[in-house]
Amino acid sequence: MSIDSVFVHKMWDDHELSKMVKSGVPFPMMSDVGGKVGTIYGIYDDDAGVETRGRFIIDPDGVVQGYEVITPPVGRNVNEAIRQIQAFQLVRNSKGTEATPSGWQPGKLTLNPGPDLVGNVWKVWKTDMAFD
Amino acid sequence: MGEEFEAGCARPTGGPGGESPNNVSPKNNETKKEEAPMIMVGKKAPDFTAPAYQKGKFINVKLSDYLGKWVALCFYPGDFTFV
Repeated sequence: MSIDSVFVHKMWDDHELSKMVKSGVPFPMMSDVGGKVGTIYGIYDDDAGVETRGRFIIDPDGVVQGYEVITPPVGRNVNEAIRQIQAFQLVRNSKGTEATPSGWQPGKLTLNPGPDLVGNVWKVWKTDMAFD
Repeated sequence: MGEEFEAGCARPTGGPGGESPNNVSPKNNETKKEEAPMIMVGKKAPDFTAPAYQKGKFINVKLSDYLGKWVALCFYPGDFTFV
């Protein structure tokens, strides 16, 4: 979503994005002329008249599980957004019985919070697991 | 997918939908700049409708139409900017 019109979105997809992504952008490119939606999400920069790089992960109940907002010159890490969605999906599927520690990736160790784990995380989770 | 619409001469616009934030009273509307309520994790995402371009069609997208699915909602500064 950006402050551009749907017509400009079409031109951008036709003339540039479709040369990067085969068949063009598959998802809806939304238009927020005037920044009304960006304003309620707190990411519209009224002085510059543009939306900053806000990224919101919304679960199947419509609840915001996470967000990230960065200024325009720095691009996002798409893999990190996907990793977070995978982690939230795992937690949701476990009905909250599992949690994903720092550095978690699909297939790696999860934690089962409960009385037995209090004070014992150090036995199962090592700090280097946050970095690989 | 949202409902397709005819492209006219005006630039289609959308806006917030659903319940209005309860901390905005009519009196507050007199001041131009209102403090938008901060998005909180664990709280509902504000609903909205927005016109969109998707695979050759102009459609109206409503966030609440995606209930039951995971959504990544991304804002960016503008088309043809570089990053």
